[in-house]
Amino acid sequence: MRPVVPYVTAAVLFGLGVYGVLRRRNAVLVLMAVELMLNAVNLILVTADTTVRAQLPHAGQVFALFVIVLAAAEIGVGLAIVLQLYRLRASVAVDEVPLTEAPAEAGSPSAGPSASSTPVGAAAGPAGALVDGGHRPGSSDGSEVR
Amino acid sequence: MTGADLLLLALGAVAVGAGVLVVGTKHLVRAGLYLVVCLGALAGDYLVLTAELVAWVQVLIYVGAVVVLLLFAVMLTRAPIGASDDLDRPGWPAALIGGGSGLGLAVLLVDAFRWSRVELPAAGTADRLGEQVFRSWVLPFEVLSVLLLAALVGAIVLSRPDIGRSGPTAGSAVEEGGRG
Repeated sequence: MRPVVPYVTAAVLFGLGVYGVLRRRNAVLVLMAVELMLNAVNLILVTADTTVRAQLPHAGQVFALFVIVLAAAEIGVGLAIVLQLYRLRASVAVDEVPLTEAPAEAGSPSAGPSASSTPVGAAAGPAGALVDGGHRPGSSDGSEVR
Repeated sequence: MTGADLLLLALGAVAVGAGVLVVGTKHLVRAGLYLVVCLGALAGDYLVLTAELVAWVQVLIYVGAVVVLLLFAVMLTRAPIGASDDLDRPGWPAALIGGGSGLGLAVLLVDAFRWSRVELPAAGTADRLGEQVFRSWVLPFEVLSVLLLAALVGAIVLSRPDIGRSGPTAGSAVEEGGRG
């Protein structure tokens, strides 16, 4: 068995995964490209298990199993985030996600006394307007998703 | 070139071709189905490399669970059935970085292993792998089970907006839920 064949396959798959993560706009497709990268790493681990003699037998295959478990956990949390993003914005385009926007409930812990209720309302105003703006393009979908 | 080499070459070509289609296609659902082909070819690669248990776990978890989850996500985000044109960013930097990392890794590995030849070791059956997992790797195994539980709880908390807010803000959260 020539180990260079699966090694080169894994390297090319990893490059494809990097390309997909950087190129795609849809968050689900980004997750698919991440899966490609994780599988390239798995192929490297399994091939290294056959070529490199380690002190513990089959260490590479055990690590491949661990990476598969990690990928399952990653895809579960990632899809929860993507679906939440779709519920908020009616879109899963990763380059439209606002990273600098303040969260909507930033001022609510100090909402006890009535004197501070005015700034809290003022702070909640623009954020609420922004969320509304996010709902606007898909306003026909928004009520159904809720 | 032995039979194993030819099999590895053919399955690797299938995996790379399907991977190109996954990152290149304009149909969202087809990207998930090409991912099935790619992961299946990789499972065949594992079988040729004598990693039996890893191959079957790959088929069970990746093809059976992860791809189904991804297809569910594609449907829940109301992806269009036909081709969609807004899936990609203009991608010269992506092609540069992806091609660079792939080519760099390939050159590195080719330089390390050349055209050398190794004998395939004893097959990684469930028997042998289970012995290793529960003898040498039992602590990482248990830590992974805790991590899976944490990921599960995290996914539930993330997807239910009414239990994500804690303590003193719970009243205002209920209030906002009533308003919205």
